[in-house]
This record gives sequence, structure tokens and C-alpha cells, in this order.
Amino acid sequence: MEVYLDNSATTRCFDEVAQLMTNIMCEDYGNPSSIHHKGVEAERYLRYARETLAGILKVNEKEIFFTSGGTESDNIALIGTAMANHRAGRHLITTQIEHPAIMKTMRYLEEQGFRVTYLPVDRQGRIRLDDLQNAIGRDTILVSIMHTNNEIGTIEPIAEAGDLIKRMNPKTVFHVDAVQGFGKFRIYPSRMKIDLLSVSAHKIHGPKGVGFLYINDKIKINPIIYGGGQQKGMRPGTENVPGIAGLAKAAELMYKHLDKDMERLYGLREMFIQGVSQIDHVKVNGCMGNESAAHIVSLSVRGVRSEVLLHALEDKGIYVSAGSACSARKPQPSETLKAIGIEKDLLDSTIRFSFSIFTTEDEIRYTVKALHEIIPTLRRYTRH
Amino acid sequence: MFTSFLIKYSEIGVKGKNRYLFEDALVKQINYALKKCDGDFRVYKTDGRIYVDAVSDFDYDETVAALQKVFGISGICPVVCVEDEGFEKLGERVVSYLDEVYPDKHKTFKVSARRARKNYPYDSMEINAEMGGIILDAYPEMSVDVHDPEIMLHIEIRDKIYIYSKIIPGPNGMPIGTGGKAMLLLSGGIDSPVAGYMIAKRGVKIDAVYFHAPPYTSERAKQKVIDLAKKVAQYTGPISLHIINFTDIQLYIYDKCPHDELTIIMRRYMMRIAEHLAKESECLGLITGESIGQVASQTMRSLMATNEVCTLPVYRPLIGFDKMDIVALSEKIDTYETSILPYEDCCTIFVAKHPVTKPNVKIINRHEQNLSEKIDELVQTALETEEVVVVS
Repeated sequence: MEVYLDNSATTRCFDEVAQLMTNIMCEDYGNPSSIHHKGVEAERYLRYARETLAGILKVNEKEIFFTSGGTESDNIALIGTAMANHRAGRHLITTQIEHPAIMKTMRYLEEQGFRVTYLPVDRQGRIRLDDLQNAIGRDTILVSIMHTNNEIGTIEPIAEAGDLIKRMNPKTVFHVDAVQGFGKFRIYPSRMKIDLLSVSAHKIHGPKGVGFLYINDKIKINPIIYGGGQQKGMRPGTENVPGIAGLAKAAELMYKHLDKDMERLYGLREMFIQGVSQIDHVKVNGCMGNESAAHIVSLSVRGVRSEVLLHALEDKGIYVSAGSACSARKPQPSETLKAIGIEKDLLDSTIRFSFSIFTTEDEIRYTVKALHEIIPTLRRYTRH
Repeated sequence: MFTSFLIKYSEIGVKGKNRYLFEDALVKQINYALKKCDGDFRVYKTDGRIYVDAVSDFDYDETVAALQKVFGISGICPVVCVEDEGFEKLGERVVSYLDEVYPDKHKTFKVSARRARKNYPYDSMEINAEMGGIILDAYPEMSVDVHDPEIMLHIEIRDKIYIYSKIIPGPNGMPIGTGGKAMLLLSGGIDSPVAGYMIAKRGVKIDAVYFHAPPYTSERAKQKVIDLAKKVAQYTGPISLHIINFTDIQLYIYDKCPHDELTIIMRRYMMRIAEHLAKESECLGLITGESIGQVASQTMRSLMATNEVCTLPVYRPLIGFDKMDIVALSEKIDTYETSILPYEDCCTIFVAKHPVTKPNVKIINRHEQNLSEKIDELVQTALETEEVVVVS
């Protein structure tokens, strides 16, 4: 049995998306900037994609900018805003549990002379609004908070933060990295006072290498790359038409039965947590119930190294991540796990299971059973 | 400008009756190395030398880099090859050669002519003198130094005329295949690829064995070892890499033997398996990257304990090297960056906090008795389930 539980790393593409993309690559392959019919046809896909995504977010379609994915969206959001507003102030705020696409960009901006506040989180991984309130000053030009944490699944209080930011300093731009949240939650930028929102396609059963950035019409932001003037010069370069069409189609499918799908996923998560909680010294990190995303479970398994557990599960056809896939190649422990104050000897014993709408009850049962077998065996053989 | 290379070799020159064997092996290795380069080449022996002629367009830098990896070559001389159109024309060609190769003319030189075609109108002494005059006329800033010249300008008169002065150092050593074959224990660390390189440099063909321990070691760790073998194969030619699943043997030792002896006993089984594979593939020895005292399993007593289980000689070319020297070599052969990728290998996964550093062979042997029930079967299974990857 093959059980893919690494959906926060990436997801299987929807068949419909793959078909649509093949069709565009082989039939409607025109350049949307071309004047002739082939170009018009290609442009139509872009327009449709923009309409679809704008509709889901309830924003204006002029505010959707296609990028190469989450990392690029985050980079444009942070660097573009910082550069356009540096005369108004040089203070930025983010959290201690952001994805490296935010963390490393913030470090770069620090080198450029910006000051960055990294908000701590509680043991569940949530920021405290008091901390945010205290951090915002007159020179704060940008706050960036992730919607859903990629390692432990905790949802941040985005709407409350949005209210607070605009109350404290109406000029402060609010960016939300929604790479793990889009397609799983209803996110409405205008209602939540979000000015910038990063989204990636391959986390929602779309293709890799494409995503978008929602940019509120009213904020000041600079491009970070320059070229042929596509997308109003904000993000030039010939548009990735098949990718963009695939992204929109995937988003459409994700939101089609969102409530029902999420209810089922929360059920699976509950069932999984119940099952693994019976194993000694296994702890779930992050939040329970609706305070966490339905698709992510972070487990700390005392006495078992995550990499070994990962490969042992792999032997049974179960694919998971150690920590988060983006940091799993690096030997240093995860920033997120450190920030939620997890015990030192559990840092290297934490493993992430992430589900998708393709995950079935059978797969969860199979995985729970595998964990019951594997963990005691692995605990017998340790370094000492 | 250059269309030929004169290949210099050092040690082969001193071989007696077997010399042709070494030269033929070198020609073969050069041909093999050039296969990966753009262009067509002719490699041939003549007058006790090996020449590489490019017979089509070729990439100079790529070709030199490939030749620099062929053991047995001590120097690579890029040669300008011209038709014999009279001495005057030759003089012009030599003058323009110097201009192209040495933009700065403030140098001392000496002409060293060699007349292999005896009907050439001047003998070598005459050529030296005449050509020296022509050069001094063309570049008054140059001067002659017959004892220690900065430029040793060689002019060789054959059917065509060969002009060269630069010698690019080769890797030295002996051509692969002239020294038999040996089995390298490749771990994924810094040392073992260097050890393989050093023995291969003496003309030895290399096979390799890697022990992995899934799920304790990852697929990426295995890929890393394959990548390392590929890097070593740039010098040694194709390597058959034997991949042995060692998990069950390791866990069995863990269950049955004292923990602080785990590494030593494990290494003894690795040696036994490596030797078995070596004998099967006609290897004449084993190669390890051990260096005295580097870690607990490499103290002299530990080496004695692991050595005891083998009958084939175990070559340990790094035995007297400091880590720094090994690192420098691994950087030179471009294995360092791969070696330091942070994947765990099977030697470290269960390593005890305080492993024995002075194992007593008698005691180790006694503890290995604890394994008698199942170990032969486990070793047999490991051998039967081996995976062989040929890398080049």
C-alpha cells in the first residue's frame, strides 16, 4: 500500500489540472502577448484564471499577480514593500515561526538597513496580539504573518491581527503567507485587512513552479525584477500560461466542496491523533480541533530519531516528512519547533504527517497500525 | 592554435621489457578519457612518445582537464604542428608562436631542437643556434640562458614540425590496469574516496563496496556514495559498486554483543564481506581510508582486530596522514563537497558513547561466538541481496 502523507511538502496534481495543462502546452500554446489568435486564446486562460482567483478571495482581478510560487511571492511582498516605503520607516515585523522564504528575506532586509522584530509564539505556536500591538510603531511599514504554520499546522489570528495593525498604524502594510492556508480556508483579504497574500499552486494539487501574490491596489510596492512589462510591469516575463491555468483550476476544485472536504479531513485528523496517542511517549505539537489546520499533524516520538522513523515508514509505503520538507535537508533543528519551546531531545524526534483530500480512512488506519509496530521496535535499538 | 599534445610520462620510462605494456595501457586510458570530450582525437605511440592529435575541432580546456586525470601522465605539452615549408617559414612561425604564448617577452629562453627526420638540411645544433638568432632579432628584450631558461622552446623535426614550450603537470602515477584490481570500502566520508584515488594512482583498477542500513541510513546517503564513486571513477575508469544491506547484521550484533564493541565487530564483518566480494571479482587486495588514531576503530589495536579477519592484504594509503592532508587531497579530487553532506552512515548510527579503543582480540573473538547461531545466514542473505551499480 502506498500512503502519501507529505502533502504539506507537495501534492499530487488533480487529473483535470494535468489534462488542462497538457492541452495548453500542446494545443493552445500561444504567447498571451502575441497579437494574433493564438495569443488571444492564451490570454483568455489568464483572464479566466484571474477571475477565478479574484472570485475566491473576493478581490478585484487587477490585484492578482502570477509568480513562480510561494517563495517568489514572499520575496516580492517583502522586498517590494520595503523598497517602496523605506522613506516612511525602516521597521518590519514578522514571527519566529515563518517559512525560510520569509525568514531569509527578512535577514536580507536587515542587511539593507531595516530593523526587524520577530514575534515570539506560545507553546501552541500562536502569536500574542499584545506583543504585536507593542511592536507596531510609527515607522513600522510592514507586518508579515503566516496564515497556517507549515510544520505544526497552527492557524494564526489573522483577522484580529489585521484589525489591530490598521488601528495602530493605518499605513502599515499587512502581508500574509497563505501557502499552507489557501485552498483549505476561506480567506478574504478586504475583510481581514490583508494587503498582500502569497499563494502556491503545488500545495493544492496544482503544478509546481507557479503561484500568485494578491496585492491591494492601494499600497505602494516596487517590482523586484524588470523586463517586458507583462502584468503591469509588477512581475514581467512571459506568463506561465499552463501553470497559471492549472493553478486556477486547482483552486476552483479545492473550493468547490470546501466545507464538506474540511469536515472530513478534521475527522481523519482526530482519528489519527486518537490512534497515535495510545502509543507511549508520543506527543502532538500545536493545537487541537479547529485551531489547527485539518491537514497537518506534528508528532514528537521520544527515543526515536525522526529520520529513522521516516525511513521505516517508507519501507511500509508511507511517505512523511521529518520536521518540514523545506528544512529537512539541513541538519540544524527547526526554528518553529524551537520557538514553541519543544524539549531539546524531542527536536530531532519530530515528524510531520500531512493529509490531503485524497487521504482515506483506510490509509489513516494503516498508518496508525504501522506506527504501533514500528515505534517500539525502533526504541529497542538506540545509541547509548 | 594547438592541435596536438605531447604526453610525457615518468615512471613508465624506467620499465624494461614490459614498457610496451605500460604504454599501451596509457594509450588505452587516454582514449577512454577523451571519449567524454568534444571532438575526435588520434592517440599514438611514436619514437618512445605518446601524441594526442585533434583531428577535428575540440575544446582545449576540456581536453587538458581530461588528460590531467589520466594516471601515468607526468606532463601534457600543447604542441603547435606545422608543415615543413623551409627554415625561413619555420622561423616566422616560431616568432609568432612566442608572441601568442608569451605576451610579456622579458624572459630567458633556450632552443632545444630534435631532428628525428635525418634528411632535414640542418642538424639540431645548427637549428638551436640559427633559431636562437632569429628569436633575438625579433624580440631584443628576450635573452638566452642555456642553463636555467624560463622558456624551454622545443622544436621537433618529423614529417611535420612540432613546436612546444609549455608543460602542464599531469597526475603522475601509473596507467590504470597495469597493477591489478582492489576492492575499496567506500563509506561516504572524506577518507575512503581519497584512499581509492591513491591506490588507483598506482595503476590499480578499483571496485567498491558500500554498506547501508535502511531505515537507519537514507536513500540520499546511498545516492551520495554513488556520487562519490562517480567522482573517483573520473580518475579510475568504471567502478562496480557493490551495495550491501547491513541492517540485520548490525541489529543482530547489537542484540548479542557488548555495546562498546559494536563498531569493531561490525567492522570485522564488513571486512569479511568485502573480502568475499573481492575474491569473487578477482581483486588482489582491500583498500580502506583508515588513518592511525583518527577514531576509536582506527587505533592500532582496533586495526589489528579488524585486520585479523582478512587474508587478502589491506591497503591503507592514508595510514600516516593527518586529517588536514586528507581534506586537501579530497578537495583536489573534488570529492570533499560531496563527502561532507550531512547524511548518516551505518558506522555512526549506533555508535556507543565510549567505544573500546583498545579491543582485545581474544575477547572480541569470544563475543563473536554469541553470534554463531544466525550470523552466517545473515551474511549469506546480505551477499545474495547485494545491488551492483556500475558508475563511470
